[in-house]
This record gives sequence, C-alpha cells and structure tokens, in this order.
Amino acid sequence: MRRVRPGRLLLAGFAGLVYLFLQLPLLIVFPISFSSAQYLQFPPPGWSLQWYERYLNSPNWLTPTWLSLKVAMATTAVSLLLGVPLAFGLTRARFWGRDAIEKLSMAPIIVPTIVLSIALYGLFAKLKLIGAWYGIAIAHTLLALPFVVALVGAGLRDFDLHQELAALGLGASRWRAVWHVTLPQIRPSLVSAAFLAFISSFDELVVAMFLGGANMTLPKKMFDNIRMEIDPTIAAISALQIVLVSALLALAARFGRGGGMPGR
Amino acid sequence: MLLLLALFAVPLLRLLALSVESGSLIAYERALTNELYLRVIFETFKIAAIVTLLTLALGYPVAYVMATSGRGWQLVGIAFVLLPFWTSILVRTYAWMVMLGRNGVVNRTLIGWGVIDSPLPLLNNLAGVLIGMVHVLLPYMILPVFNAVKNVDPNLVLAAEGLGAPRWRAFLRVTLPLTMNGVAAGVTLVFTLSLGFFITPALLGGGRVVMVANLIEEQVRELLNWAFAGALSAILLVLTLAAFWGISRIARTRPV
Repeated sequence: MRRVRPGRLLLAGFAGLVYLFLQLPLLIVFPISFSSAQYLQFPPPGWSLQWYERYLNSPNWLTPTWLSLKVAMATTAVSLLLGVPLAFGLTRARFWGRDAIEKLSMAPIIVPTIVLSIALYGLFAKLKLIGAWYGIAIAHTLLALPFVVALVGAGLRDFDLHQELAALGLGASRWRAVWHVTLPQIRPSLVSAAFLAFISSFDELVVAMFLGGANMTLPKKMFDNIRMEIDPTIAAISALQIVLVSALLALAARFGRGGGMPGR
Repeated sequence: MLLLLALFAVPLLRLLALSVESGSLIAYERALTNELYLRVIFETFKIAAIVTLLTLALGYPVAYVMATSGRGWQLVGIAFVLLPFWTSILVRTYAWMVMLGRNGVVNRTLIGWGVIDSPLPLLNNLAGVLIGMVHVLLPYMILPVFNAVKNVDPNLVLAAEGLGAPRWRAFLRVTLPLTMNGVAAGVTLVFTLSLGFFITPALLGGGRVVMVANLIEEQVRELLNWAFAGALSAILLVLTLAAFWGISRIARTRPV
C-alpha cells in the first residue's frame, strides 16, 4: 500500500528538472551535428552528414584523434600495472607510512591540474619529454592513478580473503592464487578502473596543452577550434564521443562495479 | 609508488622552492600586492563558494529522491547522473555555448513561452560560467550524498515518525544529521575542484570572468612568464590544500 504524497511528488518533479538540466547539453549536440547549414544554426534548417564527413576526412582532426587514443590506451595500461599492485599493498600490507602513501596516491585529485602541469613542465623540459606522446601519457597516468587505486582498493576490501588462502592451502603459488582466484573476483572493479583511466586521459585538456608541445591531442584541437570558431564539426565529434562513452558505460555497468564513483 | 613521489610530490615541492629562490619573492610580491591579481583570487573563491552552494541546493534533493526511490528509478537516476559525468567537459561546455547565446536555444525558448521579452545575457559572463560549472560539478555532490542517504537505516526514520514526528521533522532530526558526512565529502570535493577550474571560465566567461587557472594559462601562453605563472600556481596550490584541509576539518568536528 503506497500512497504518493504531494511532497514526494514535488521532490520527484524537482529531481526530474535537474536530470533534464544534466542531459540537456548532451541532447542538443545531436541535432546540431546533423545540420545542413554552413554555420552554427539552431534548430537546423535541414539534415545532412556533412560535419561527420568533414571530421572523418580531415587529417587535421584524425591525427589528434589517433594521438589521444594512443595516449589513453598507454595511460590505461600503465595506470593499471602500477595501480593494482599499489591497491594490493595499501589494502593488505601493514607498514609504516601506509596512511601517508594512501593520502599521496589520492592527492592528484585535489591538486589543480594546471598547477601539476606547470610543475611538471620544468621536469619534463629537463628530460626532453615535452611534445612526446609518452610524456603526456606519463602525466595522465598520474591523474588516473587515484581512480584505479580507489576502485581496485574498494574491490579488494569486499573480496573474501579466505578464498585466496584456500587456493594457497591447496598448493597454488601466490601468483597463481591471485591470478586465478582474486583477480577474476574483482574483475568488475578492474573494468571500471580501466574505463575511468581511459576516459580521464582521452578527455584531458590542460596537461596536454602544457606538455604536448606542438603535438595536438583531440581535446587540445577541440579547445582551439572552439576558441576560434564554433562550427558544427565539434558537434559531430561530440556526438560520436557521447555515443562512445554511453556504449563504454553500458559495458562497464554490465561488467563493472556500479558506475565507478570511488567510495570516498 | 616511487613514480608518484618522483613525478608528483617532487615537482610540486620544486615549484614551491623555485619560485621562492629564483624570484627572491618578487613574483609572489607582485601576485599578492597587485589589486588586479588579488581580485582574481577573491573572484575564484567567490565563484567556488557560489558553485558549492548551488550544487548542494540542487544536488541534495536529487540524491535524496534517488536514494529513497525503488530500484528501477534508482538505476535510471544513476545513469542520468553518470552519463554527463563521463562526457567530456569540452563537449558539454561547447553545448552550453550553443545554448546560452543571445540567439541560443534557452533564450529563444524562454521568449517563445513569453517568460521574457528580450534575451537574457547568459554567455560570456558570470551566469554562463556558473551554469557550466554547476553542470560539471553536480555529480560530485550528488554521488557522495546519495551514498550517505542510502546508508541511513530507514527504520530510524520510521521510528521517529512512529513516535509522532511529522515527516519534515524526522528528516531534519534523523536523516539530515546522518547524511552530513556525505554532504561534507561533496562540499569538500566541489569547492576544491572549483578552485582549479580552467575550461569552463575560459570558454563561457568570454574573457570577462578570470579565475586563477585562467590567469596562469594567460601568463604562459601570451607572456611566457613562467616565473610568475609558477608563483601563481604555488599560491593556488597552497590555497587549494588549505581549503581542502579547512573544510574537511570543519566537517569532521561537526557533532553528528
């Protein structure tokens, strides 16, 4: 027996409006991207695929896209390789300074990206990493690491350690036990962590702007383009990105761990 | 771990050290005595505070509705929050630029409905920056509060109501205090993240809204003044850490 109270209805209506506010920019991009107008116009006078064609036929856009993909994949791989063992160490072992390390591994979230970029610039200039794609990937790994550590750490805390001990007791080596028992069990966390690392790198602008040199990542190219002229090519790219993220999000929800907000 | 230290802690400390020794504090003096730069710092804090209040006012009710509704609606709600959350900030800012202009969708809709007669100035000013920033940061408020509300034992609320408390009172005396840690987490996160914002003010502020991060970028891009940019970065870093520490401290000492 559930009555709907007027107060509740009001609240739900309010929430609905906020949801609408949140989706609005995502929805508006699609009609613009199919516009047949020569410049930005809303609502579009007619429909066409010209902006998608322009994006997919232009090396000016595709080169940055490939660069961003490369950087994002490297970031994902490296941040998992580093973050997973770090999360293991932080959740399992007890050692002096663990709290300090845990705080430090979360710190890149709080420190403004622009501050980190300026700080890294000096170091990267010395190491001749400015403009190198792996330089950007290294910096992005730094930014992605907190997500990986938080998510995998949360997964490990929920994992029943007895299962791993059982495997060890049955004669498995430590590596085998972790590989065959623990990691499959925390797979949702791993998937979400990989997803977050990838997206955070693929969308990142400020680091790429300072450390990328003449190399354009996709966000940098988009930013410059938006600053100069707002043409609907951006809308086409945006629409593609939204579709990609939704697909990845659906995949992460299917295989991942409830959406991926690290438990703070 | 070593990588974290080498790439994160050391450069930041060097940044602090460098701008002190090489500039013999001149850069700091310039940043902290010039009225123009002080105003930018003040403006940054003002914007961060407004954004925090707005996200709290909008986010708490949404988080509450999400956490107290049935499983199906809850999943829909989470999807609605996460989808924009994981969409590129550039994409979203671009969309707001299209929507908020003089002839943008928002103004034309409002005029069409007869709500206003002439277009509201929503772009290239504070209003635009606030709309864009609230949009980006709202999920950071909703998700921790949602977690907190979800963790409140519904029996406690039922007990309060059973003992004769009206619904609003049960909320104020039971639910709200029990969710303060979620609110604290959200407020800390939104406020500190706001301080370092760059993209949104750069694109929606039209040069008229300058936050510290924009000032830093301008120093580097147009004037190649790395020393001054370094000093500003160090100041921003210290202020951000201080804000983070301060807010989480206030939040922790609050009797719950």
